[in-house]
Amino acid sequence: MAEPSLKASVPSAKAAVAEATAVLATEQLLSMYRKMVLIRRVEESLLDLAGSGKIGGAMHTAIGHEGAAVGMAAALRPQDYLTCTYRGHHHSLARGMDPRRAICEVLGKAPGFAKGKGGSMHFLDPSLGLMGANGIVGAQVPHAAGMALAAKIRGDDRVAITFFGEGALYQGLMHETFNMAQKWKLPVIFYCENNRYSEMTPISRTSSVAEIHLFARAYGMESVQIDGNNVEVVYETVARAAARARAGEGPTFIEGVTYRLAGHMANDLETYRSAEEIDMQRSYEPLTQLQQTLLGRGVAADLLAQLRAEVEQEVQSAVEFALEAPWPDVAEAYTDVYKV
Amino acid sequence: MRKTTFIQAINEALREEMQRDERVFLIGEDIGHYGGLFRVTRNLLDEFGERRVIDTPISEQGFMGMAVGAAMAGLRPIVELMYMDFYLVCADQIFNQAAKMHYMTGGLLNVPMVIRGQQGGGKGYGSQHSSSVESTFAQFPGIKVVAPSTPYDAKGLLVSAIRDENPVLFLEHKMLYFTRGELPDAEVDYTVPIGKSEVKRAGKDLTLATFGYTLLQALEAAEELQAEQGIDLEIVDLRSITPLDMEGVLTSVARTGRLLAVHESQSNAGIGAEIVARTYEEAPYLLKAPARRLGMAPASLPVSKPLEEELLPWKRNIKAAVLEMMK
Ligand SMILES: Cc1ncc(C[n+]2csc(CCOP(=O)(O)OP(=O)(O)O)c2C)c(N)n1
Repeated sequence: MAEPSLKASVPSAKAAVAEATAVLATEQLLSMYRKMVLIRRVEESLLDLAGSGKIGGAMHTAIGHEGAAVGMAAALRPQDYLTCTYRGHHHSLARGMDPRRAICEVLGKAPGFAKGKGGSMHFLDPSLGLMGANGIVGAQVPHAAGMALAAKIRGDDRVAITFFGEGALYQGLMHETFNMAQKWKLPVIFYCENNRYSEMTPISRTSSVAEIHLFARAYGMESVQIDGNNVEVVYETVARAAARARAGEGPTFIEGVTYRLAGHMANDLETYRSAEEIDMQRSYEPLTQLQQTLLGRGVAADLLAQLRAEVEQEVQSAVEFALEAPWPDVAEAYTDVYKV
Repeated sequence: MRKTTFIQAINEALREEMQRDERVFLIGEDIGHYGGLFRVTRNLLDEFGERRVIDTPISEQGFMGMAVGAAMAGLRPIVELMYMDFYLVCADQIFNQAAKMHYMTGGLLNVPMVIRGQQGGGKGYGSQHSSSVESTFAQFPGIKVVAPSTPYDAKGLLVSAIRDENPVLFLEHKMLYFTRGELPDAEVDYTVPIGKSEVKRAGKDLTLATFGYTLLQALEAAEELQAEQGIDLEIVDLRSITPLDMEGVLTSVARTGRLLAVHESQSNAGIGAEIVARTYEEAPYLLKAPARRLGMAPASLPVSKPLEEELLPWKRNIKAAVLEMMK
């Protein structure tokens, strides 16, 4: 059942991004590194909490996907719209969501941004352009195209980006959306985080097309496959797609190849893949890649360790905050059905 | 007889009907190699192969429509929806196509298929993974709806559903999966008829009509009400929502004079409202006190545990409703 190695299926970064934009400054890469560690540690802490029975429902982590989120956040403007899947902690944290409130939401506590009603699968913060993670595969994709349509109707220069898994490509509404978005030249970026499994099913078992970004070509859309674990490549690709969108050139489809290092959701038994397969992917994962880049640029290992220690404190105190936070008042069960 | 889980009972019904009838096949997401997200279809791929246990992409509209087509062509598809909430992404194929086909073709075609999967709240899955759908489906003539509460009924009703000539929705509450109960030995071929209720607890003070997981909650409520207040509930397990066994309900109400209908789908315009309305239409003289329904308050189920508990029409809310009716 094991798939060939990630590297084998990903063209080199150079091939994917033909004209590289300015190289990111080391300062910026360091702040990306910090963000990536923060996301990783928040999610690992959440998995611990789930393991001790503190989290109900379905919680999907993006461990291994952080490159997509952090690269995107650096490439877009704070007011640009974003929608994503139930696997959406990383996008939200990368765009600046407060980790304390994020953890509260997953635990169903009152200080959560949605008062604990939405939980892990429905992360959002409209003040950061985060317009909602969605529990229904594919549902968030037309929403982003609609936000892009709104920007176009209003005549402002906001773009919208939407994240989805490769499994979503087999939903009909995706294809309806691609056609309209391209026909109407909407300022939207379709970012597919291809982690090569939809739940327990490897993509080879369900897709009629091996290189899935080619689906977009059927609609005449610009599409590209990149190493989604390389944050610099993600940054450059999203920045170029956003520039195209703002210039009225329409949508771009990005297939960011990645690998989910944790289970599909918390408590996934992972009977569908081997431990060796996961291990093999560790050397390509985004944190390892960025760390190597930074060390290669002469950044001291101590500095990275210090950043990690800072993040550790922040995450520990966020977890404590959330564990001690109050539950919502039961009266909240009946509110928010209609806007009053 | 032996004890099995609810999951095991469903798995056995699927396996035995597939052995008995070559036309039966399974289709859905992660049902084959993985054995189903909730392990209901476990081992069936090994036994029946990829020709009859089909893993699909996440294409509900497509595979639901293909199941309708295969049923029109004479096969007996059983479609798993991973969460019942996802019926909404393939609703046209279910309601406009499968349910209406026999009628609009003047009886020339029929769609003998089963749609099955889990539904309901209690595990903090939130708004888009916790709905109960029976009341919505009851709005559509042409599709039957069943919702067992025990392993015995699950197996017997599923066999009936598979052998039925019409589309049947088979609802499995997620809280029932690991409950256990008596099941006849594997080789015993038995069915539970669709459209027939069963009294699961005899009592004299009030008829509580329900089905699925709320039935277990009602049984617990009944024991507590008996011990704490001396109130003696009669509990009717509807088992089928369409067709509805009003005769069974009214026979019980004739004994008790009171009726409370309970379900996890919306109270508003829900199946409980239908049961109450039909009681008033068909036999108002049986009632000693106003009949009532208890369903979900107008909200979707939130993730936060105290909020979810507040909304679910489970033991606490059932007891409160009964006490009010007995005042
Ligand atoms: C319409 C719909 N069908 C099925 C599901 C159940 N489900 C949740 S996640 C998932 C797999 C999605 O895979 P992919 O799109 O590749 O994204 P990933 O989870 O790998 O990030 C499935 C089948 C759902 N949420 N919505």
